Amino acid sequence: MPDVADALSSAPPAVAWWEVHSENFLSPGGPRLAMLDDISPHYPISCHGVGLSLGSHAGLDAQHLARLKSLFDRVRPALVSEHLSWSVIAGTYLNDLLPLPYTDEALDVVARNVDRAQQFLGRQILVENPSAYVTFATSTMPEWEFLARLCARTGCGLLLDVNNVYVSAENNGGDSADYLDHVDGALVGEIHLAGHTIEDEGESRVLVDTHSKLVADPVWDLYRRTVQRIGPRPTLIEWDLDLPPLTTLMGEAARANAILTHARGQNVRAA
Amino acid sequence: MSALRKIQEDFFATVLSNDDVIARHVAVPHGPKGRRIAVYRNTVQSGLVDVLAVAFPVVRRIVGEAFFSTLARRFIAAHPPRVPQLSTYGAELPAYIATVEPLNQLPYLVDIARLEWARGESYFASDGAVLAAEDLARVPPDTLPDLHLALHAATRVISSRHPIYRIWHVNRPENADIPQLDLTVAEAAIVARPGHHVLTRQISLGDAAMIQSFTSGAALSVALDAALQLEPDFDVQSALHQHLIGGTFASLTLPPTR
Repeated sequence: MPDVADALSSAPPAVAWWEVHSENFLSPGGPRLAMLDDISPHYPISCHGVGLSLGSHAGLDAQHLARLKSLFDRVRPALVSEHLSWSVIAGTYLNDLLPLPYTDEALDVVARNVDRAQQFLGRQILVENPSAYVTFATSTMPEWEFLARLCARTGCGLLLDVNNVYVSAENNGGDSADYLDHVDGALVGEIHLAGHTIEDEGESRVLVDTHSKLVADPVWDLYRRTVQRIGPRPTLIEWDLDLPPLTTLMGEAARANAILTHARGQNVRAA
Repeated sequence: MSALRKIQEDFFATVLSNDDVIARHVAVPHGPKGRRIAVYRNTVQSGLVDVLAVAFPVVRRIVGEAFFSTLARRFIAAHPPRVPQLSTYGAELPAYIATVEPLNQLPYLVDIARLEWARGESYFASDGAVLAAEDLARVPPDTLPDLHLALHAATRVISSRHPIYRIWHVNRPENADIPQLDLTVAEAAIVARPGHHVLTRQISLGDAAMIQSFTSGAALSVALDAALQLEPDFDVQSALHQHLIGGTFASLTLPPTR
């Protein structure tokens, strides 16, 4: 990402906050961590984890939790988030956000893991809804209900990924707007937007959460509708592959900002 | 067994193999289940191939992209990641390469992989001051033989029976032409991080023996003997000068005063 690195090294950019993948900064030292040390005194930082595996039936990896805590003690992030998914089993890490069945048993497991993480880290975490390509026959509740019950039991918040809601609904036959209408705005601490890729057409059509494209129009519509209802929230455009010129990214951020500003005005009038 | 545990075990087996054992648990509203399951398998396997390709770019160039991808996929199945921190993934690849029979025709490849892994380790190693020339200049000359030099956390030395520095150098992505090399010439390389950048340079075999002696706790006189055994005209002053510029050492320990 030469464009982003150049922008960083020339002048302090006018961005409101930074989000990093926690796992990219767990090394004992080196230039990457030094870059984070340089910006963390001047901007709010959000540490977004992909490896804690909140859904692991066998519980959390104590060593990973300890490594995360050292990073957070160093960076003092404003927000810490993880995913409603799992990736660790029997000492092996599968580098993906694997899906969970939405059952009472899984809720017990995730709630226990979130409790442990929040106690150990001494802070609230936000839990993000994943993009799903399959659902489980044994699920007994919709994802939004599972997340609402998880928040009620543990005091965690939500990182609402609007693109993931859309991708999952398109892939698994759901109604994105209905899902979003069920989310309690008071629980949402952050919003993610991203582009997806449509792979195959017809019967095998599948939307993949690639973070490699512009945010799709239906996702912008869902986002506008959501922030008009719940009010503005810190919003991140995720773009991880096939990075565009920085100006394209700034354009996406400006589009989100315009929607947030509009929602702010509406919320003030409502209040 | 819990239902969740069964699902996770079957998913685990599915993404690291080509067997859709998870299919019996999942539902999709249209299209074949295998197409959906493949999204997860592809994210895991392609993601790890990409991680290894970034960590071992010269190995990849030497064996070719297609062979590297096959090699990586076999390695991933045999050695999946243990830690949710992918900068640590690939440590076992050099040893794995040694077990792959067709690669015996490239006897230097294991050492090239070791060199590339050393560069990655150096990049992520602990920070901390490097020993400067002034620090060494303050050491009383009569105590020099008993001096102990500690390597910086970001320093690695790789010696080989093959010209690994030159093989590595000519196969870097920015170099288009690959000259013929005499593969029987032994070489050593040192990797260090004096500032924000990882630097790799060739050092003599005697120099490598000296640094490796320091690693095992030897004093300067012993380390120098090790160097001179391999290289009778080893120039210790010039070698130490280069190491001080290059950030090889972290600190020195003087012998207790008598």
